[in-house]
Amino acid sequence: MGSNMAEAHPVGFQWVMEAKGRGARVVHIDPRFTRTSAVADTYVPIRAGSDIAFLGGVIRYVLDNDLDFREYVAAYTNASFLVREDFADTEELDGLFSGYDPETGTYDRGSWYYEGAEPTESTPDGDSAEAKEQTEPMQAGASGAGVAGAADDIAKDPTLQHPRCVFQVLKRHFARYTPEMVERVCGTPQDQFLDVCRAWTANSNRERTTALVYSVGWTQHSVGAQYIRTGAILQLLLGNIGRPGGGVFALRGHASIQGSTDIPTLFNLLPGYLAMPNVTHTDLATWVADQRTGGHKGYGYAVDAYLVSLLKEYFGDAATPENDFGFGWLPRIDGDHGTYRTVMDMIDGKVSGYFVLGQNPAVGSAHGKLQRLGLATLDWLVVRDLNEIETATFWKDSPEIETGEIVPERCRTEVFLMPAASHVEKEGTFTQTQRMLQWRTKAVEPVGDRRSELWFAYHLGRLVRERLADSTDERDLPVQKLAWDYATEPGPEGPGPWVEPSADDVLRRINGHDLTTGELLPDYLGLKADGSTSCGCWIYSGVYADGVNQAARRTPHTEQGSYETEWGWTWPMNRRVLYNRASADPEGRPWSERKKLVWWDEAKGEWTGDDIPDFPRTTPPGHRPPEGATGPEALCGDDPFIMQPDGKAWLFAPHGLLDGPLPTHYEPHESPVRNPLYRQQGNPTRKVYGRPDNPSNPAPPERGSDVFPYVLTAARLTEHHTAGGMSRQLAYLSELQPALFVEVSPELARERGLTHLGDAHVVTSRAAVQARVVVTDRLAPLRIDGRVVHQVWLPYHFGHTGLVSGDVVNDLFGVVEDSNVFIQESKVATCDVRPGPRPRGPALRALLDEVRAAAGITVATNTRIATAHGVAHTEEGS
Amino acid sequence: MSRNRLSGPLDDVAGDAGHLDHPPRVGFFTDTSVCIGCKACEVACKEWNAVPEDGLDLLGMSFDNTGMLGANSWRHVAFVEQPRATGRQDPGFAGLPTGDSGIPETAGAVEPRLEAAPRGGSELGTSPLPPGGPQPQELGMPGFSRPGDLTGAEGRTDFRWLMASDVCKHCTHAGCLDVCPTGALFRTEFGTVVVQQDICNGCGYCVSGCPYGVIDRREHDGRANKCTLCYDRIGDGLEPACAKACPTDSIQFGELDELRERADRRLAQLHDLGVSEARLYGRDPNDGVGGDGAFFLLLDEPEVYGLPPDPQVPTRNAPAMWRRAGAAAAAFALAGVAAFLGGGRR
Repeated sequence: MGSNMAEAHPVGFQWVMEAKGRGARVVHIDPRFTRTSAVADTYVPIRAGSDIAFLGGVIRYVLDNDLDFREYVAAYTNASFLVREDFADTEELDGLFSGYDPETGTYDRGSWYYEGAEPTESTPDGDSAEAKEQTEPMQAGASGAGVAGAADDIAKDPTLQHPRCVFQVLKRHFARYTPEMVERVCGTPQDQFLDVCRAWTANSNRERTTALVYSVGWTQHSVGAQYIRTGAILQLLLGNIGRPGGGVFALRGHASIQGSTDIPTLFNLLPGYLAMPNVTHTDLATWVADQRTGGHKGYGYAVDAYLVSLLKEYFGDAATPENDFGFGWLPRIDGDHGTYRTVMDMIDGKVSGYFVLGQNPAVGSAHGKLQRLGLATLDWLVVRDLNEIETATFWKDSPEIETGEIVPERCRTEVFLMPAASHVEKEGTFTQTQRMLQWRTKAVEPVGDRRSELWFAYHLGRLVRERLADSTDERDLPVQKLAWDYATEPGPEGPGPWVEPSADDVLRRINGHDLTTGELLPDYLGLKADGSTSCGCWIYSGVYADGVNQAARRTPHTEQGSYETEWGWTWPMNRRVLYNRASADPEGRPWSERKKLVWWDEAKGEWTGDDIPDFPRTTPPGHRPPEGATGPEALCGDDPFIMQPDGKAWLFAPHGLLDGPLPTHYEPHESPVRNPLYRQQGNPTRKVYGRPDNPSNPAPPERGSDVFPYVLTAARLTEHHTAGGMSRQLAYLSELQPALFVEVSPELARERGLTHLGDAHVVTSRAAVQARVVVTDRLAPLRIDGRVVHQVWLPYHFGHTGLVSGDVVNDLFGVVEDSNVFIQESKVATCDVRPGPRPRGPALRALLDEVRAAAGITVATNTRIATAHGVAHTEEGS
Repeated sequence: MSRNRLSGPLDDVAGDAGHLDHPPRVGFFTDTSVCIGCKACEVACKEWNAVPEDGLDLLGMSFDNTGMLGANSWRHVAFVEQPRATGRQDPGFAGLPTGDSGIPETAGAVEPRLEAAPRGGSELGTSPLPPGGPQPQELGMPGFSRPGDLTGAEGRTDFRWLMASDVCKHCTHAGCLDVCPTGALFRTEFGTVVVQQDICNGCGYCVSGCPYGVIDRREHDGRANKCTLCYDRIGDGLEPACAKACPTDSIQFGELDELRERADRRLAQLHDLGVSEARLYGRDPNDGVGGDGAFFLLLDEPEVYGLPPDPQVPTRNAPAMWRRAGAAAAAFALAGVAAFLGGGRR
């Protein structure tokens, strides 16, 4: 669901086909019949942007028919915990939860807590944008901020009957997600939906488990984090988490994207999902206190050890207890510094320089025109890539040149294009979707001036440090204090200053050292907050255990156990299935012989099994912690979710999400239909940027949405890679998908007069994109709330450089984001489709002016995110 | 049994070609029921064998932009959209507000372009057809529609999307090899058929000699090219590039005898699962080419995938033809002798 696995992850899909060969039933739920559907047992059509309604329907089916795995749910989730009396659900407030402020578009989340647990922080005052950016989820790492009061103090009803226990709250919340409602919202016929419900539940019990796979078809929505929450709730209810063959699988977008969130390229995280300090964190102690509050259980409690070890790795001997280990040298965030905000800040003249490494935002990011206009206002731009991509050539060949919006002679951006070494020309690790690090060696020396990222970052740091060596400006201290003493080896140029930093040494430092002995650490359990250990990323600690590059292990599956723990290395501590304590019952016995994974060995007094137990090794199943215990010592023997402050999986999230403790179906930001479930139309906390350069198509109940009557979605083809920088330059790939095309159903083709292989243009308030028409039975119209709705699809790989070229599909999308994670909604919008080529040059601008006028679009259009209140969220000066 | 037989079953194809101490015959079993259409086989083949690009043309034949096998495409993945379901697969369209299938329209749009293309696909230009160039014409030919294409009832419900990776069949009796006058084509010790470009003189007999339309000449030098079953790789104990790259093991490489057993088991499994339309193609040593070294499991009639239903090696009748020609020559000779004798009598 939300994944076209066969096309986007064909190599991983071999395991799905293998499972199918062994008798697994494969169900594919998707707006299009894809190459994944072609080999699935069942294809289920759905309207893009309606997945929460679908899954909510399955949850209702489970709860109504008592099909949940009750022992698992009662023991391992927060189903029995009582929610505060003043909590009000979307059922009562017509699509809003208690605590909503329409002025700011945010929630005061105090009422979402457990009974008896007091909120530990509140939403700061201030205007909407600022309030959203100051709130906690953006700034708390994976461990989340704490819940006041130990879990054992939380009021519970183990019978799950109390009207305010999470189980009953859940039941009421999803009560209206009936099969009829699923059909109205998703367009999925009821009998098909019920077939999925029956298959999912029949295959989830002591003896059997069901796996759920999603990809960016779930994340790239204005309510994306809640899509995944819905899947997690369902899998928890059915006992499919922490058990073999179960799980929620997030297939990542490309190689090592998992690695780039573990050791992040995100503005609000430090390595290992530690929160980036914000402006209120004056010292280490305040930051630590913010990460954990009283009674905090589990491994998230030791954040001080993780951060201090990181600071020791960054600053070396310069980090001392006296100077707070250099905590003051870390940057502070004071709001949204995400990629889209940054681009708007470029346009507004607040950003003058930009590094783009291995990314092609002029094609690959939503609202390509906004991206290119941002690039055109910079002083300088550094692009490192394998090829001369559109992000480097925007000033001479972007579509804005034709329309006169960028003039090459007057574009002042100085572009530095640096050739990058490819993955075969450098060594290092990839971290894939299973959290597995796999070391790869260098196959060939980089050709010409191509260099590794490591080389670039190392020498950039070296040269900046040389320049700033004599500076007395306080702001240069962090750069001056960096240890920057990585081992090096002769670079491609031989001896001299241009050495190649050792990737092996970097991996050792990520693993961490005991600084008193100089030994590599065996795992993160030994990390200390007193400065006696260093570690570049606590969750990766152990990747170099015993002085062995564990990521380089390649023991064949024929020569090791069924969980293949000697192939590569997975974080944390080489555990292959997260939270696998849940594969055993509360007494520590496998739920069934067929689905055993780890269990309590009474004789040895430890957890054992086929996988490495994801639990304190010697904590027995019946363990009850002593009063006042903290961290791992506070875990009960039946608390499998060791990173949660209460040791339980959260069906109801009392904390950590900005847009609700439970997932709720909201229509996408741009939708052709009114929300059939609630008065509230879209996510009431979604991040809108009401600016003249970022118009939105109207959505009901606003007028004008009929100008864009179709649902638009975009995705990938197997034959190309993301924004095309690595595939449109290659003849062998380009010839396989040589042109941009738009897929339409035969019904829509007849409605709009589109002919197979003819030209058409897709129009939104941002852009018109020309594509060849592909009429196919793989798309079908849906009946949504009584009316027929068509969906159109385009691949987003094309741009204006390379062997094959085409319009940039991402130009069609605007910028609107999930408030929790700042991910753009680029998997669904509305559009019109018209036959024939699009107008060019000034005529294109005239066309867009015309459609915007026809739809009555202003800066305020679709920024009234609280349907019932009508407060427009536009930017100052707009 | 005589040597160098030109048709019928042949147990030792390499031995028949004169290889004495040779390894077992190898080949491909392509199980199209697990093909996901990723085209990794096409790319891996081209990378390994340095096969040139074959035109940047959107063909409109579903996701197939290769068109057909040729000198510059030694693997070709066919994509077939059909208004019918496979076995117990639920295509998911029942109950949706659908109208007629679009397949006849799309076939109708593709058909004139294919007829106008010199090789019916691989050199096909993009629409609109170039002015002055070949124009679509009503040739009174049978339609391009494939079996089953036109059964889409009002309110289409059934659907399936077939994918299949096609390749040179490495026939037991290879027409291309039999007619090659230069010895450029030869039977390897593995029982495969390989063309040597440095010997090929570009006569093109092999092109008309192939019952599958596989082998083809490159435009720039006229020499014949086709799949070598990665002769260089298998000689080093590696599997061919396409099979190595195939993520779902749709393309399986191995000893032909073993592959045939595996294919029989897979066929039985699919029949048990209710996929009664599954069938093997090129598996039968009694077929018109003596069985293929590269054979297939298909989910429909071969024509649907662009494969001939009953391929015959064109040299199959050569012995009979020679016998008849010999008889005729003998008769002429006899007549001549008779005439001479008759004259002598005069």
